[in-house]
Amino acid sequence: MSLRALLEIRLLPAILVAAIVIILPLFFPSAYYYRIGALVFIFALAVVGLNLLMGFAGQVSLGHAGFLGIGAYSVAIGPVHFGAPSWLCLFVGAILSGAVAFAVGRPILKLKGHYLAVATLGFGLLVAIVLTNEAGWTGGPDGMNVPALTLFGWRVHGSDAWYWIAGATFVGGFLLALNLMESPTGRALQAIHDSEIAARVLGIDVARKKLTIFIISAMYASVAGSFLALFNGLITPDVAGFLGSIELVAMVVLGGMGSIFGSLVGAAVLVVLPQVLTIFHEYEQALLGLIVMVFMIFLRQGIVPSVTVALAGWRK
Amino acid sequence: MMILEADRLAITFGGVRAIDGVSISIASGQVFSIIGPNGSGKTTLLNLVSGIYTPLDGSIRLAGETVTGLAPDQLARRGLSRTFQNLQIFSHMSVLKNVMVGRHRHERTGILADLLHWPSVARQNQATREAARVALARVGLADLAERPAGSLDYGALKRLEIARALASEPTVLLLDEPAAGCNPVETQEIDHVIRSIVKEGITVVLVEHDMRLVMNISDRVHVLARGRTLAEGTPQQVRSNVEVIEAYLGVHGSQEAAHAFD
Amino acid sequence: MAELLQFVFSGLTVGAIYALVALGFTLIYNASDIINFAQGEFVMLGGMTTVFMALAGVPLPLAALIAIIVTTGVGLALHRFAIEPARGASSVALIMITIGASVFLRGVAQVVFDKRFHSLPPLFGADSIQFGGAAILPQSLVVLAGATVIVILLWLFVERTLLGKAVIATAANRLAARLIGVDTRRIVDFSFAVSAAIGAIAGILITPITLTSYDVGTLLALKGFAAAMLGGIGSPLGAVVGGLLIGMIEALSAGYLSSSYKDAVAFLIILVVLVAMPQGLFGRVKVERV
Repeated sequence: MSLRALLEIRLLPAILVAAIVIILPLFFPSAYYYRIGALVFIFALAVVGLNLLMGFAGQVSLGHAGFLGIGAYSVAIGPVHFGAPSWLCLFVGAILSGAVAFAVGRPILKLKGHYLAVATLGFGLLVAIVLTNEAGWTGGPDGMNVPALTLFGWRVHGSDAWYWIAGATFVGGFLLALNLMESPTGRALQAIHDSEIAARVLGIDVARKKLTIFIISAMYASVAGSFLALFNGLITPDVAGFLGSIELVAMVVLGGMGSIFGSLVGAAVLVVLPQVLTIFHEYEQALLGLIVMVFMIFLRQGIVPSVTVALAGWRK
Repeated sequence: MMILEADRLAITFGGVRAIDGVSISIASGQVFSIIGPNGSGKTTLLNLVSGIYTPLDGSIRLAGETVTGLAPDQLARRGLSRTFQNLQIFSHMSVLKNVMVGRHRHERTGILADLLHWPSVARQNQATREAARVALARVGLADLAERPAGSLDYGALKRLEIARALASEPTVLLLDEPAAGCNPVETQEIDHVIRSIVKEGITVVLVEHDMRLVMNISDRVHVLARGRTLAEGTPQQVRSNVEVIEAYLGVHGSQEAAHAFD
Repeated sequence: MAELLQFVFSGLTVGAIYALVALGFTLIYNASDIINFAQGEFVMLGGMTTVFMALAGVPLPLAALIAIIVTTGVGLALHRFAIEPARGASSVALIMITIGASVFLRGVAQVVFDKRFHSLPPLFGADSIQFGGAAILPQSLVVLAGATVIVILLWLFVERTLLGKAVIATAANRLAARLIGVDTRRIVDFSFAVSAAIGAIAGILITPITLTSYDVGTLLALKGFAAAMLGGIGSPLGAVVGGLLIGMIEALSAGYLSSSYKDAVAFLIILVVLVAMPQGLFGRVKVERV
């Protein structure tokens, strides 16, 4: 098979990403690296979902951590207060997030530009406020412990176990996103991004498509939030907060809006950076803000698309 | 049979009556042109008919069915498509994908199938791609299919919009100044494209400033001035209408009038 | 009745601050179509800089003056180094830049200052005045008086000075303003500077009542935005009315419904206003041209 034919295989990016997940641990000197890897894949999963919304459909959400919070608290509240199995709560959380996205998205997705930005930002804060105030259910600002996930009698614990679960789920989420983009729905979403009016006169029900992708991206975030809670064993309302949402947006922007692979890169950079640079801790917020600013001013395309363009130019 | 009828349409913007009691009646398979000086309401009329604006007054019927107040996508699914005066290209997508979007109303897959890439989606994609290529070939853009749409020149983009609208297999196609900004060769190509469209039985509603194109190709011409109907008839009738001549002389100076009657 | 009066008064006080934040939004929006999410950070910077100058032994009035100058400088820098280089970017990109700036300023404040809450001594003591059974802080009156003075000065400036007229012209039609010789870039510079200064003053005035810390900006920005939106974006009158209304609704719901959900009120208002009447109370409806 020629190199060109190989490059045109539709699933190549997914195969590459799966290979990364499998090969990476060969280079891990300690269990600590499994932990970082698991966190990268968990965030990357949420970022893929947000990227579908922002990068492809062109709709901004500054409140996506709200869905992360719903997913996270589902696997905390369900088992603790109702004795429900964690895996079931993960699914219920995703469905709940989808339902909330439906209810919230229907009115606010009609809005454009900064109006949509503010509405989603307000939504995210609303979730954080509820999680903070309903202390009887959520433990309030101090958060609550999350019982470990048990699958078929196997109690999932340890960073390596979570590395594989998060990695596999990410590859799955990546694949679904890839499929979506090469489908009628995906084309309609990309069309909406460039010209809503043209999309409409071609028969696309713009409001419905936006709502669909908003719900899907909320479910991605919800599953990631559930994983995060189960993995850490502890959850606080901060997960749903303003900074959480901005971090997700920064990951999208960093990796490249509209680049599904970029989602992984963006998540990796912002998860790994604080681990590598101890100085990052004190300056975490300042650097986060700076990254968003610099990328939006000078590198609006993000890392992966910029590198791709540079490589294409170099090959010529 | 009348495929598209509008009865006493009216809309105001900030108190100004942009369209004031305009009625049109378009027979199936015709080329129906709407002309008039700048600001006479041609594009506004198209926006009303295609559902982008909702009329303040009046009614619209498409293929005998009342469609007043329907959204553009609902009208599109009933077979009405259009192009835009100031291009509305999906510039981040390839030329082919732009046209593939035009097939949207014929695509039958659900969101779950799309996510899981079921065999039906693969088949659908293939069918859509082929139909899009055919539409591209009809406007002479087959060679540029894989290029990013943003990289095309103006004349090609005009034709891309027509291909995209054609891909939706409309019964009525509204063209908003397809020849604006085109050189004579490109205008000639547009002329050919429109003729081939009509041959297929598609009704064409044309808003255009290029009088030679309008007079050559139209079955009927409707003249607007300041949001009202000034005249309607065959190109011959309109050409010799005194009021029309005055409207052009009065508003636009002699150049366009001369152009209109050369 | 006394209770109601109490709530109304505290609502008016915070409402005056929201109104000032909303005015800041409006100024920048009218000059440049940009929604500046870092508007709340101006308020934070005003309060925090004054607090730390005062802690360093600088007399309070001088500390306040320095804080206003510093914040104004930050506002100008924001325009020059973050907004200007991104000219031509989409509105979403511009929003993200100002959000990035907001997070950046928070992060810097957290390092330069600290993460604790701080207060300032009130101008006329802390003994409350009894009025119709309600206890009113003298500082509340200072806030209201300060806000009134700022609004009047701004109005006089716009009505009476050439620069003010240039601001109006720019807001009405940027291209036309440029054609008649208005340096619109300078006008935007100016609007950022004035917005920052107004924010700083608001921050200094309110700190004795509500305290300040490095992260108060986000909520203030959102509530200020809610106010601007409720009033109708772009309308200075709307900004003031919207701010006072949001402050009142918030205080009343905190008093009669639930104090822990008072912050949620502003967002609910945002959502309702956005969806039900996007043009706000005093705004204009825009028609999209195709």
